[in-house]
Amino acid sequence: MSAHLKQDEPDTSNRLDNMRQGVLGKPLSRIDGLAKVTGTATYSAEYSPENCAEGVLVTATITRGVVTRIDKDSVLSMPGVISVIDDARLTTRAAQGTADEAPQQSPRTVCYWGQPIALVVAETFEQARDAAKHLKVIYRENEAAPVSPDLVEPKEHEDETVRQGDLARAMSDAAHSVDIAYTTKGHASAAMEPHAAVAEWDGKKLTVHASLQMLNFNITELADALDMDEDKLRLVSRFVGGGFGSKLGVSEETVAASLAAMELERPVRVVMSRQQVFQCVMRRSETTQRLRLAADKDGKLTGFGHQALVSNLPGETFAEPVLQSSHFLYAAESRELKLNVARIHQMTAGSVRAPGEAVGMPALEGAMDVLAEKIGIDPVELRLINIPEEDPEQGLPFSSHKLAECLKQGAEAFGWDSGHREPRVKREGEWWVGTGMASAARVHNVSEAKARVTLKPDGTCLVETDMTDIGTGTYTILAQIAGEMLGLEIDKVLVDLGDSQHPRGPGSGGSWGAASIGSAVYVGCKAIREELATRAGTSEAELELAEGRVVGGQTLTALLDGDEISEEGHYEPGDIKDDYTASGFGAFFAQVRVNHFTGETRIDRMLGAFGFGRVLNPKTARSQCLGGITWSIGVALTEALEFDPRDGHLVNCDLAEYHVPVHRDLPELEVVLVDERDPAASPIQAKGIGELGMCGGAAAIANAIYNACGARLFEYPMTPDRVLAAMPE
Amino acid sequence: MTQSISVNGAQHPIPNDPRVTLLDFLRHDAGLTGTKKGCDHGQCGACTVIVNGIRINSCLTLAAMHDGDSVTTIEGIGTTDNPSALQRAFMEHDGFQCGYCTPGQICSATAMFEELANNWPSDASGQLEGKIEITGEEIRERMSGNLCRCGAYANIVAAIQAVATEKGS
Amino acid sequence: MRPFQYNRARSLADASGIISDKGALAIAGGTNLLDLMKLQVEIPEQLADINHLGMAEIADTEDGGLRIGALATNTAAAVHPRVRSDYPVLARAILAGATQQLRNKATTGGNLCQRTRCFYFTNVDQPCNKREPGSGCGAIDGIAKLHAVLGTSDQCIATYPGDMAVAMSALGAVVHIAHEDGEERTVPVADFHCLPGDTPWRENVLEPGEIITAVSLPAKVAGTQIYRKVRERSSYAFALVSIAAIVEIKNGLFSRADLAFGGLAHKPWHDPRIADVLIGQVPSEKLFDEAADILLSGAQGFGENDFKIPLTRRTLHAVLAQAVEQAA
Repeated sequence: MSAHLKQDEPDTSNRLDNMRQGVLGKPLSRIDGLAKVTGTATYSAEYSPENCAEGVLVTATITRGVVTRIDKDSVLSMPGVISVIDDARLTTRAAQGTADEAPQQSPRTVCYWGQPIALVVAETFEQARDAAKHLKVIYRENEAAPVSPDLVEPKEHEDETVRQGDLARAMSDAAHSVDIAYTTKGHASAAMEPHAAVAEWDGKKLTVHASLQMLNFNITELADALDMDEDKLRLVSRFVGGGFGSKLGVSEETVAASLAAMELERPVRVVMSRQQVFQCVMRRSETTQRLRLAADKDGKLTGFGHQALVSNLPGETFAEPVLQSSHFLYAAESRELKLNVARIHQMTAGSVRAPGEAVGMPALEGAMDVLAEKIGIDPVELRLINIPEEDPEQGLPFSSHKLAECLKQGAEAFGWDSGHREPRVKREGEWWVGTGMASAARVHNVSEAKARVTLKPDGTCLVETDMTDIGTGTYTILAQIAGEMLGLEIDKVLVDLGDSQHPRGPGSGGSWGAASIGSAVYVGCKAIREELATRAGTSEAELELAEGRVVGGQTLTALLDGDEISEEGHYEPGDIKDDYTASGFGAFFAQVRVNHFTGETRIDRMLGAFGFGRVLNPKTARSQCLGGITWSIGVALTEALEFDPRDGHLVNCDLAEYHVPVHRDLPELEVVLVDERDPAASPIQAKGIGELGMCGGAAAIANAIYNACGARLFEYPMTPDRVLAAMPE
Repeated sequence: MTQSISVNGAQHPIPNDPRVTLLDFLRHDAGLTGTKKGCDHGQCGACTVIVNGIRINSCLTLAAMHDGDSVTTIEGIGTTDNPSALQRAFMEHDGFQCGYCTPGQICSATAMFEELANNWPSDASGQLEGKIEITGEEIRERMSGNLCRCGAYANIVAAIQAVATEKGS
Repeated sequence: MRPFQYNRARSLADASGIISDKGALAIAGGTNLLDLMKLQVEIPEQLADINHLGMAEIADTEDGGLRIGALATNTAAAVHPRVRSDYPVLARAILAGATQQLRNKATTGGNLCQRTRCFYFTNVDQPCNKREPGSGCGAIDGIAKLHAVLGTSDQCIATYPGDMAVAMSALGAVVHIAHEDGEERTVPVADFHCLPGDTPWRENVLEPGEIITAVSLPAKVAGTQIYRKVRERSSYAFALVSIAAIVEIKNGLFSRADLAFGGLAHKPWHDPRIADVLIGQVPSEKLFDEAADILLSGAQGFGENDFKIPLTRRTLHAVLAQAVEQAA
C-alpha cells in the first residue's frame, strides 16, 4: 500500500506535537552510534568480495588537450597487473548534485589538470598504485587553456539577475553607504572518507557499494554512464564518511569500478587517493564580490547591490549561487543582483557545504558591519531594523522567519554589548581582543521522497528508503518520527538506509534530507495509523499510541493479530514551494584575539543561534550546528585552495596544506536552538540544518578581528599575512 | 620463522610485499576495517592505532617494520557488547557524525590518557615540568592530529573530559 | 610506491653498507620517507630498517651536555627530563611540530633529514630541480607562500620545514655521523643543512653510506629560552616563520643572543651577526629593528611569500620583548 501527500498548503495541524510516545524532539543518542564508535560500521571500501581486484585511477598531467595514446604494454607486464581500463564510458568529472544523468565522459579529452583518464587494475593495491604511476600516456596539448577567471570574459548567469528601482541613485542619495569588493578562495569538501566503490557483476546485475549522498539520483547517473538499465544496478551506501557536497553526484571511481568489474568479470575496488579526492571531484569556486549598501540616516536600507564572479569548467551548469540568500535577507527598495561565471580550465566547481551562502554571507555580513560602523549603530540593531516583512524581490510571504529571535536570543546568551563600538580598545599582552556578529541565512529546500514503513506483527517497525545518512543523524531522526507516530521506543524501530532497492528518498544534500524523508516517513506512518485506528475502532486523529499499545487499550501486537502493515509514504512538495520563501535563519557571535606581532587569530568563544523549524533531535541538530560553525571558522581563517597560475592544477591537494580546522582551532562553542514550527516548510514543520550553521559565521569572525585590532579585511581566509597587511600601525 | 604482528592479542603473519603499510595490513590482511584510511599520508589521524602502548599513524609505517609488535586497534579497545568508557562517552556526547574519523579519535584519546598520566607536556602546557592539568586546551592540542571534517570537535572534547573526570574521581 | 627490497639492518656497519649503494635509503620512523615513497618522490630500490640498532638512548655527556640518540623519537626527546629542564627551547620546538602520533614515530635523525613541503617537490608531475635536476623550479613563478626568502637560488626556493633543528641550531648542537668505514665525524646542526645553490637536491652534508647516530647538546647555558612558531592553524601546521631564541640579559644588557629561524630558508637560518648587534646593548625597539635589518638585509620574496619579511621582523620583536620581560 502507499500513501501520497502533495503539500499545497501549510500544515498547521502540528500532529507530531500531539503524539504520545514523546521520543521526537528528545536529545537521543544516535542509533548507529555503537557501530561507529566500535569500528563495526562498514564503509564502502570495506566490503571485500571474494577475489576482489584493486583499481587505481590514472590522471592527466596536462591541462587541456587529447590523449592520443595509452601504452597499456607499459604496465601490463608489471607484477600483478590485470588490465588497463580506458573505456570511453569512463567519467572525467563528478556529476553535479541532482544531475540525474551521466557527467562528462570521453576520457581521452582532457579539460583540466588531474582529470581521470584511465584505470589500472591489479591483484593488490600496492601493485595497482605503482602501475598507475608508470602508465605511459601520450598527449596532444591544446595551448589555449585559460586557468584563471581574470583571463576570460565572464558571462552573466541570467537566472540570478535582479534589477529593481535605481541602485545608483539610492547609493548617491544615501545618508550612509558602502561599496566594497570581497574575495573568497576556493574550498574543498574534504570529507574524511575518500571516494570509494566496490563493484560486483554477476553477469546480470551490477552491485556497487559506493560512498554517495544521493542514491536516487546516483543510480540514474550511473546507469546513464554505463548505458545500462537502472534495474540491472544496485547501489549500496549504508555508511558514508562525510559528503559535504562532494558525493552528491556519482564520481569517477564508481563508474570506473563498475566498468572494470563488468569487463574483468570479477569484483573491483577503486578508492581515490586523498590527492585525487582533492583534484578530481569538486571545488567550491573562488569568488570576487561587490557589495553596495545604501542606508538612510537611521540605518534603513534603501539600496542593496550584490554582484559576484565565480568560475567553472566549460559545459558545467553549476555556478556557485553566491547571491542565494541576498535575494531576501534584507529589505531595500532598489536592488541589483548579478552573478557572472568565468569558464576556465580548473577542476570542476560544484557543491561544497552550503553552496552560495558559505561565501556570499561572509561578504554581505562583513559589509553590513562596515555600514553599521559608518552609521554608528549597533550591528545587531542594523540587522533587526532591516528584516523584511515579505520577500523583497518576489513579494512572497516567508514560510516562517526567526531572524529577529535568533539575533535577540543570541545576543542575550552571548552577552553582546550593544553600546558604542570602537576597534583596538582591549589588549591582553600581545593579543588584541574583540567581538563581532553576523546574521545567518540558508534557503530551505524540500524534495520529493519515498519511504516504506512496515509495522511487524511483533510490534516492531522497519523503515526502508535509499536515503543516506552521511553523518547528519538520519538513521536516528527517522526512528524517532516512526516511533513517535506509532507509539514505539526507538529501539523497536529498525531503519534500513542506503540501498537503491528501497523506495527512493530525496538523497542527502542541500540540507533537505530530514524535512523531505522525515515527511515521507510521517506520511507512511499516518497511513499505518489509519489502519490501526480502524482496527481499534477509532479515528486516526483520536488514536493515541505509546509504549507499543493504544493508550489505555490493546497492544499493537494484539491489534495486528499476526498481520504486518506496510505503507510506502510518498511526500511531494506542491504549491508550498512556489507560494512561500522558506529559509533557516540565525545569528553568530564571536570573540576573537589577534596577535599584534604575528597576525594570528584565535577564537576565544563563538555562539550561534538558529531557527530552522521543528527540532527533531536537539542532540544531533546541535551537532549539525557545531559542524557548521566549525566550517565557518575554516572559511574565516584557514581554508584556501591554491591553483597554479600556469596550468591550473590544484597545488595544495592534501590535508597537510589545505588547512581544515583542527581540534585546537575550536574554542568553546555554544548553540541556541530557537523554537520554531514552520508549517509551510514540510508537514513535519522542520527545515534543514546541515548548512545554516556555516552561513555567515566567517563574517562574525571578520567583524571581531576588526573590532579587536582594527584590521578590516575584505579577503577570506584571513590568514596572518593578510591580517598583518590590514592592521593599522 | 614467519614474522607476525599481534593485533588485539591475535597473531597475524606479515605479508610478503614490503610495501604494505601497517594500515593496509590491518584493513586488508587482518580484516580489521575499524581502522580508517583518510589520507594515507599522516595528515588526518583516522588510521591512529596503539603500537606497544604508543599511538601512531598506521599509514606511515610498514607492516614489515612491526615484527613482534603488539597493536591495539579500535576493535581491541571495546566491542559492541562491551564498549570502553570512551566509546560510551562518545555516544552520549555525540562525539561524531559520519563516524569515519571516530575510531582514530578514540584510539588517540585512549593513548592520550596514558601520556597525561605520565605528565608528558604538550605545546599547550604552560609548564614543561610537573603535573599536567587536563584542561580543554590541553585536550584540544593533544587531539589536533585527528581531523574531524564534520566538526564534532566540541563534542569529542566533551566526551574526553567526561571520561577524564570519571577517571579522576 | 615502487617495489623495494626491505632489509632489517643488524648493525650500523650493515646499514651503512646497504645504503652506500645507489638507490638505497635508511628508514627509521618513516613518517616522511613513506609519505614521499607513496608519491614516488622517493623511489628507493632498497630500504635498510635501522630501528634495531639501539641508537635511541638519551644520555648525559661528560661535559654536562646531553646526547640524543638518532633513533630517539621526537616524543622521547621532548619529554626527557633534562630536555625539559635544561633545553626547553628544544622541547617547545619539538612539541610545536606535527602531532603526537607523528612525534611518537618520527626520530631525531630522521627529523634532521626531513624534506621540504614545497608543492612542486611533492608532485612528481610538476617541475622541480630538487627532485629532478634540470626540470626547473615550479615554485618560483608558482604558488610560493610557504617558500624561502633567505638563501634562495634561481634553482630552488624551498624551505626546510622542521622545528626541532631550528632549536638545535640555536643551542649549538652537533650532529654525530657514522661513515661506512666506522669513522665518526661531527657537524654542527647549523652547518648540517645546505643552501640550494646549484645543487638543490643536496639538502644536507650526509655522504653516501653515512648515518646520523646522535645529536649532542652542549651544557646548559644561562638565559631565557623561547620557541615561537607562527602558523596558519593553531596546531598541526608548518611554520610560516619560527624563532628559537636563547637570550640572556645581565645588568640590563644583552649578554647572550643565540637565535635561529625556521620557515625562511632551505636550512634553519642562523646569522651570527644578530648576536653581534644585540650583545652588550640595552634592549630597545630600535635595537630589535637593527637586528631585524641585519637578518633580513638579503631577504627576497617571491610575491606570495613577501609577507614573511615583515612577519619575521615583527615576530623577532615579539620574541625579544618576551625574553626581556622574562628576564626582568
